[in-house]
Amino acid sequence: MNEMTTIARTTTLKDWETDQEVRWCPGCGDYAILKAVQRTMPEIGTTPENTVFVSGIGCSSRFPYYMETYGFHTIHGRAPAFATGLKLANPDLDIWIVTGDGDGLSIGGNHTMHLIRRNLDCQIMLFNNEIYGLTKGQYSPTSRVGTTSPSTPYGSVDRPAQPAAFALGAGARFVARGFDVSKELPNVLKAAHAHKGAAFIEIFQNCIVYNKDVFEDFAAPKGAEDRQLWLKNGEPMVYAKGTKGIALDAEALHLKTVDVVDGDWQAAGVIVHDVTNRSVAHMLVEMRFGEFPMALGVLYDDPRPTFEADVVRQNKAAAEGKTADLQSLLKKGQTWTVTEGGPEL
Amino acid sequence: MATAVVDQADKRQSPLSDAVVVRFAGDSGDGMQLTGGQFTLSSALAGNDFATFPDFPAEIRAPQGTLFGVSAFQINFGSSAIDTAGDAPDVLVAMNPAALKTNVPQLKQGGLIIADEGEFNDRNLAKAKYEANPLDDGSLAKWQLLKLNISQLTMDAVKPFGLGNKEALRCKNMWTLGLALWMFDRDRQPLIDWLNAKFAKAPDLAAANVAALNAGHAYGETAELAGPLKQHHVDPAPVAPGLYRTLTGAEGIALGLVAGAQLAKLPMFFGGYPITPASAILHHLSRLKEYDVTTFQAEDEIAAICSAIGASYGGSLGVTSSSGPGIALKGEAMGLAIMTELPLVIVNSQRGGPSTGLPTKTEQSDLYQAVYGRNGDAPMPVVAARSPGDAFECAIEAVRIAVQYMTPVMLLTDGYIANAAEPWAVPDLTTYEAFPVEFLTEVPEGGFKPYGRDENLKRPWVKPGTPGLLHRIGGIEKELDTGHINYAPENHQAMTDIRKDKIDGIKVPDQVVELGAEGGKLAVVGWGSTFGPIHQAVRRKRAEGLDVSHVHIRHIWPLPANLGELLKSYDKVIVPEMNTGQLKTVLRDQYLVDAKPVNKVSGQPFTIAEIEAAIEGALA
Repeated sequence: MNEMTTIARTTTLKDWETDQEVRWCPGCGDYAILKAVQRTMPEIGTTPENTVFVSGIGCSSRFPYYMETYGFHTIHGRAPAFATGLKLANPDLDIWIVTGDGDGLSIGGNHTMHLIRRNLDCQIMLFNNEIYGLTKGQYSPTSRVGTTSPSTPYGSVDRPAQPAAFALGAGARFVARGFDVSKELPNVLKAAHAHKGAAFIEIFQNCIVYNKDVFEDFAAPKGAEDRQLWLKNGEPMVYAKGTKGIALDAEALHLKTVDVVDGDWQAAGVIVHDVTNRSVAHMLVEMRFGEFPMALGVLYDDPRPTFEADVVRQNKAAAEGKTADLQSLLKKGQTWTVTEGGPEL
Repeated sequence: MATAVVDQADKRQSPLSDAVVVRFAGDSGDGMQLTGGQFTLSSALAGNDFATFPDFPAEIRAPQGTLFGVSAFQINFGSSAIDTAGDAPDVLVAMNPAALKTNVPQLKQGGLIIADEGEFNDRNLAKAKYEANPLDDGSLAKWQLLKLNISQLTMDAVKPFGLGNKEALRCKNMWTLGLALWMFDRDRQPLIDWLNAKFAKAPDLAAANVAALNAGHAYGETAELAGPLKQHHVDPAPVAPGLYRTLTGAEGIALGLVAGAQLAKLPMFFGGYPITPASAILHHLSRLKEYDVTTFQAEDEIAAICSAIGASYGGSLGVTSSSGPGIALKGEAMGLAIMTELPLVIVNSQRGGPSTGLPTKTEQSDLYQAVYGRNGDAPMPVVAARSPGDAFECAIEAVRIAVQYMTPVMLLTDGYIANAAEPWAVPDLTTYEAFPVEFLTEVPEGGFKPYGRDENLKRPWVKPGTPGLLHRIGGIEKELDTGHINYAPENHQAMTDIRKDKIDGIKVPDQVVELGAEGGKLAVVGWGSTFGPIHQAVRRKRAEGLDVSHVHIRHIWPLPANLGELLKSYDKVIVPEMNTGQLKTVLRDQYLVDAKPVNKVSGQPFTIAEIEAAIEGALA
């Protein structure tokens, strides 16, 4: 996001839809994410022409074709690199990267890491469906141990990557989580857009063909309040209609769940969510679902200077007071003049 | 390879003795590249034409005294046109036994060896795998030998400055340079000024180095030895009046890219990743921010090219640069640039391959990779530079093609051109025709078609941020005109044809004959850095009356329209290349001409004698 792009022009959801036929499988979670994004865009005060969706390869990466904005469907895993060049060429653009668990964490893990550590101002939406969909169902770097797939008929044996923990470990200044059909997703996207710098959003997405309902244990509407912890800055970390909360075991230095009696979360030791607390953020991204509820919403948000701004600043400072006279540049270095009388310095 | 004198060269068949080849060889830490560089400047100031060949190991600080740690710098200077760094040195300066062992075989019979006998101790002799001291055992009898204890003489000269042993010995190269300056009757003052400027913050070091330089010079002057050491004056070469500078290929590329971007009226974005011998281009450009240049050191080769494509998409001139292994990694992204039809310049400073190969040695073995090395039918223009000065022109040409045809362009240079220096007549930029880019900024008559085309089959370039022209691009096959996804058979056929026709239709200048005539008994066809030895060899053979001509191809793809007819006008065609016959294959394929290969893949440039032998063989 960028202040300069906040042009006073109202758009509606329709303004952000293309005339292209959407080619995801019927019932795919991507449809819900697309709608959530199209619904969010009119509310964040940006314009379609100033917005660019950049993607890699995979189901999620078809996303740009369906947004009435500028869009670049690039090659597998490399969207962050294209986005970096684009943003440096024009820092005023509002850039959204769309990637998946395979694209962003396997073949493109390196670029994801470096984009995050450099803190390029953009939004990174990583659709995590824990499977390779477009290549017909192989297990992915986020698949759980034991996932059977065409390439792992006896079950996968390698431990999965945790996208939010990966992002934070790479130095992310904004980490959030949501899931495809959640009504809260637009709010998460808005927060990501409001953050100046690389904003990483892990979006759990249901692949109904190859990994159906793999997130149902926390995403299912029934009993959701017991299994989802929606984090709100400045508010206590309570869930299950306020009957449970997250507290810090100060001696063991880890989080724990506690019962909250009669709404007295303070007595139960429940901690208040502070989005700028990096230590707690590290614990939140590592919180294992099952033992804990799934931590959702904005887990961490603490901006610092962005890469493109620093590059522009340095370029300006380095150029200051110098004239861009190429002819005189050509004459620099070890020169001599040849005259009729011979060469001289 | 002084461009300014080449034109007149044929008229001045000066005796070859007017040119001298000196090779400075020592340990990696002995400062031989610096010595060579300063001697080069002194040659320039003396008005000589020259060409240089830095030859150094891949290891940064190879163990002292070892054979693989030897670093050498060769310069060929003379009073007539110099095209190459010289076949065989006339003078070899050997700073230790390893330097002698690795370099003396190339020395001309009867040539002069100047050896620092202070370094010929048992330890160094053993490291160089000498069983006996070659300075004493008569094994160097076919050359002239001058043994000097340069180490001791340097120590004595810098004694007043109270340097430690190690620091004092580091002045050895200046002592040697001083002697060389005396030998060739050169002015010391510019070097003294340079030393004082270089060590401005350490006046003691400056004074010590100047003292060493003066001592070396005085040694030549006063010793005035009977024996091999004689003073030799090489007259200035008759070059056109004007402003000259020394230019390496890496500088030529960097300056040419900046000039190209200015002629196109575009900001430049350079995405690079460190790799030998291409990094120097990144280093040069990263200091040129005031020319609207943004440089980005990416996390890998792939990110380097992808960021450059992203910048081109955003309306900058995207440029990336690497060497063989890195170019291999960029292949997929080049395909995307071809598919999305975005301008891009990819510089390949070729080195010995395959794989890691010979990182610091030169080769021309990436021609197939440049012309053919991508998945799918992925045509891409290829331009090849012949010399540092030509690299400037080729870089401009690569930018022109990229923006005028909306296509990635490969610019080939090699390790030899990248590091070698030559005198360069500074061009007048006002004589270059600008080719300003026009972005599409509003819906044209008949509606906006992201893949609509002009008479060159070029699609419009639209910067994101432009209202009314929103569109999506990507690597999936594009629909004719609209650019939407389209897998239909007839559409893929049509788009593949258009991509091919667009590149085939690029207007490139007709091929000229560098030396000789159109038609005749033999054409020697070259490309890239083999220009020097081919040109000199053809010149010599023509002077002997042989019917041989030199054709040197800059536009490797698409080839000049007249090239087929031109090649067919000769009875025979030979193609010297530093590979196993890659241009030869392309020429045979394109024109059904019986081009015969002349190949060398040793990591070293061709010598003139090798090309002469090939000419004699072909005409025998």
